[in-house]
Amino acid sequence: MTLNTNLKNIFLVVFTTLILSACSTAKKAGDIDGDVYTGKETVKYLASGVPDRVFFATNKTSLTTASRATLRKQATFLRKNKKLSVTIEGHADERGTREYNLALGERRANAARDYLMTYGISGKRISTISYGKEKPVNPASSSLAWSQNRRSVTVKVN
Amino acid sequence: MKKIFLIFIIYFSSLNFLYALIEVDITRGNLDPLPIAVSPLHVDIKSTEYEGIKIKELGIDISKIIERNFKSTGLFNPLKKEAFVQKPDIAHLKPRFEDWRLIKAQALVTGKILVKDGKLKVEFRLWDLTAAKEMTALAFTTTPSNWRRVAHIISDKIYERLTGEEGYFDTRIIYVAESGPKEQRIKKLGIMDQDGANTKYLTLGNELVLTPRFSPTNQMVTYLSYFRNLPRVYLLDIETGMQEVVGNFPGMTFAPRFSPDGKKIIMSFAEDGNSDIYTMDLETRVVERITNHSSIDTSPSFSPDGKYIVFNSDRSGLQQIYVMRSDGNEVKRITFGSGIYGTPVWSPRGDLIAFTKVRKGRFYIGVMRTDGSGERLLTENFYQEAPSWSPNGRVLVFYRETKSGSKGEGFSATLWSIDITGYNERKLATKTDASDPSWSSLLSK
Repeated sequence: MTLNTNLKNIFLVVFTTLILSACSTAKKAGDIDGDVYTGKETVKYLASGVPDRVFFATNKTSLTTASRATLRKQATFLRKNKKLSVTIEGHADERGTREYNLALGERRANAARDYLMTYGISGKRISTISYGKEKPVNPASSSLAWSQNRRSVTVKVN
Repeated sequence: MKKIFLIFIIYFSSLNFLYALIEVDITRGNLDPLPIAVSPLHVDIKSTEYEGIKIKELGIDISKIIERNFKSTGLFNPLKKEAFVQKPDIAHLKPRFEDWRLIKAQALVTGKILVKDGKLKVEFRLWDLTAAKEMTALAFTTTPSNWRRVAHIISDKIYERLTGEEGYFDTRIIYVAESGPKEQRIKKLGIMDQDGANTKYLTLGNELVLTPRFSPTNQMVTYLSYFRNLPRVYLLDIETGMQEVVGNFPGMTFAPRFSPDGKKIIMSFAEDGNSDIYTMDLETRVVERITNHSSIDTSPSFSPDGKYIVFNSDRSGLQQIYVMRSDGNEVKRITFGSGIYGTPVWSPRGDLIAFTKVRKGRFYIGVMRTDGSGERLLTENFYQEAPSWSPNGRVLVFYRETKSGSKGEGFSATLWSIDITGYNERKLATKTDASDPSWSSLLSK
């Protein structure tokens, strides 16, 4: 009888651990693809259905398929709001040297800007600024935070 | 600084190299630091009061600063004053060598000060206790408010005499003083003496400032400011407080440094997102493009003779270090080790390049020869970068950031120094969190 209860307990523990680990892997797989953030936790919206930011892989400045889809939505939004100008802020995670990160942020902002321009938005309406690693949106030192911080954010200026 | 600090240097003993006097070898880690006794400087009874200074304690205060300087090198072991066997004034005239040897001292520093008519007169002597000889002696005059610098200058002269290398105590460090939560850091330019004293802030913290660097004469600082949300390289005159933008660039300029003659600023300019290296002559305002590559080129640093530039580029795919002639020709990659490399800085002696290396998620500060050979990693940590050389090329100062929790708690940024031997790692005392240190050259040179 005692043996039985003990066994039960062990099974319970094993079972909960399995569920927990399943949960955490599911969350990770859902939010980070490769090491690009795909979740919505930090995302704001320029208008309904128009996310303000796109995310990048470590040390990369190329746009992912999801990023391009987001930027196309931004382009559509900007075409509808002809008087609107925006600034694209480029950011890096905290895992690089400061000066290189400034250059990286500048590239990321410009990657987004160039893409908007190929969808017909005048370069005059889009300025860029790099903050490198100086303005993290998530202050944690974790892979999730770093993936959320590797971003370029489109901000309305008027 | 130079102008107010008039130094009359009188060597009243010639250096005698015929005798084998004490020598401290600084080319390797010193596990057996030299026992040295720093006697309080004798305060001449003819001294008069001077505003804001405790004249009676000045002699002991100066000796304490000297001791702290010596201790910080790891090369010297300053002995406790309680064990001292002679009064400062008598020891300064002629020490009883055998008595000092009893407390195991090998070198002795003595001195005398006089504050009169608004002037501070200083003299000091360094004695070799084993050889029972005076090694060096020096006298100079300054304003009493400079008393901390007096201690640093004495430290430099003794370091120089014992190691054969120039000292680095009469120097300052400019850095970014940080406060506030990680997502909204407030950053100001801070400046302090090498030992952490005399902290002053040169900007108010209204805009983000980064990467300050001294000019060779220490009077100017070049840095990155986000004034009016336009990240540009600025020039600041420390004495007058005058600031100006460097050049008229239509985009972000960053990663500035002075050329060794102080006449040019070298920096990155990001044009349509692509960072290349440029120089601007401060007098003629002529801008020259040095690199023209579709990759990121940044963190440039001149060799001390001005003939070469070391810089950081990802043209191979990842961050590596490259050297080129100062006109941009003959670009050569010098790092091939595993991991990525950044923030190269040429040593003031010309022999080494200090760098940051990132490998398997860890950050290293290291040095290598200027062709990339002889790489030595001095220190490993979660995050550290941005080494800056002491003026004698023997010590590096850099900054470290700690890992933070889910809300950013536990985050700190601090300044550290380490000898290029890899020994003597030390945290620098700063009033606030700090990053991006830049070491000045000797102020009294």
